[in-house]
Amino acid sequence: MSMTNDAVNTETQKANIGVMQARSAANLNAPRIAINKVDFFYGTNKALKGICLDLPEKQVTGMIGPSGCGKSTLLRVLNRMYDLYPGQHAEGEVMMDGENIISPGVDLNQLRSRIGMVFQKPTPFPMSIYDNIAFGVKLHEKLSKSAMDERVEWSLTRAALWGEVKDRLTASAMGLSGGQQQRLCIARTIATRPEVILFDEPTSALDPISTLKIEELIDELKRDFTIAIVTHNMQQAARCADQVAFFYIGELVEVGTATQMFTSPREKRTQEYITGRFG
Amino acid sequence: MASDAEHIVKSYQNELNRLRTLISDMGGMVEHQVADCCDAVINRNAEAATAAVAQDPQVDAAEREIEQFVIRLLALRQPMAGDLRQIVSSLKITGDLERIGDYAANVAKRSGVLQQFTLPYTLTGLAHMTQLVQQNLKTVIDAFGEGDHEKALEVWRSDEVIDDIYNALFRELITYMMEDPRNITPCTHLLFIAKNLERIGDHATNIAETVYYATTGEPLLAARPKGDTSAYAVVRPARD
Repeated sequence: MSMTNDAVNTETQKANIGVMQARSAANLNAPRIAINKVDFFYGTNKALKGICLDLPEKQVTGMIGPSGCGKSTLLRVLNRMYDLYPGQHAEGEVMMDGENIISPGVDLNQLRSRIGMVFQKPTPFPMSIYDNIAFGVKLHEKLSKSAMDERVEWSLTRAALWGEVKDRLTASAMGLSGGQQQRLCIARTIATRPEVILFDEPTSALDPISTLKIEELIDELKRDFTIAIVTHNMQQAARCADQVAFFYIGELVEVGTATQMFTSPREKRTQEYITGRFG
Repeated sequence: MASDAEHIVKSYQNELNRLRTLISDMGGMVEHQVADCCDAVINRNAEAATAAVAQDPQVDAAEREIEQFVIRLLALRQPMAGDLRQIVSSLKITGDLERIGDYAANVAKRSGVLQQFTLPYTLTGLAHMTQLVQQNLKTVIDAFGEGDHEKALEVWRSDEVIDDIYNALFRELITYMMEDPRNITPCTHLLFIAKNLERIGDHATNIAETVYYATTGEPLLAARPKGDTSAYAVVRPARD
């Protein structure tokens, strides 16, 4: 019974989402990642139900929804984070360059160098600022000292941190402020030159000015990277995202351009959530 | 798509309700003012004329209060979606209502001049126009209060009739002026009165468009049926 309902829901949802995406396609680039009918299970608990969503290339997709709606789970699917935990598995397709990245044969190290992730709390390694950046690069590439220096400077510059740390690269990263630590984590993520960056509530632990710096950075980074950001801050999604997706209890309820979603959402549940009537 | 659900933050919900009430109150005030000015012209009621003019400062004050309230809401609540549309629409509607109030006051002032003349003709056409304008104004204010886009569409569509009556009046009044130059003063005032009423109808239509957007989230994109052709009208005296 529930299987049938699920199947029907998925079909209806896919049709609706297809229409919505076509409608907003005028302002969105071609998809870099195409998520097609993805289900996700924590043991027997189905946390994502038939998600279909495109992440447009070199644009920002904001994911919003109440706690437990599945948005962070979807990020974890995109770089196979869940593989670390037994009992968790995903079904469906996540297509990138013609390859289903959730199929078993995929090289996870290589995948994670192509799809980087920045977490809610800054997680610098207990080592120098320089080594924080160099560490990840060394896993994937053999660079000369001068090439590595260049890569570290490039990453820190792109993360808008170079000016603040260039004279103390050998100092411990733990001595940086929260906002600086988060930008260091972003620098560390882009150092391996990924194609896609996933941000999981990157500013929820930061003060307003550091938050604005990260938002400005996201705007800069989208020139080179495809970005997905999970945020609880609706204004942040409105400011940063080109496309916004609203999730509720494991389903993608509505997706559209940020302008459409925040001025004229089509679904009642979206309207009620973003105006603060439930959630 | 207006939402029936209550906001989680009660004080915000109360403020949104208050904004709706402020607009309804201002709408009621302006409706009254328009009714008074029409009474002043059609029934030669001098008291109604005085009341319509005296109402104007209160309408202006209501507009300022709503403006301040909206700015405060935008700054403190950062509204989204349906709330955002309602709040921004309120700002636009209050502007339209204020202009309607100005036109009504102007009609009332002109009615005083008309009292000094004995008119050799009836004001049936104008009376009909005043009824339609008042009806549209009332309907559109109700449409906002109830979030009813169908009612708004009704007003939007029916403005053309008001324009048609205005065009007919325009020709009629010019004919009277050509017949007898002593008609020129009252007929010029009547012409301005008719034009003001026609403009009130246009502002009611603007409000209808705003209500439609606030309620549905879709702009009314189709060209509005416009019927005021007096800008191109030429009436020549018949040759002897």
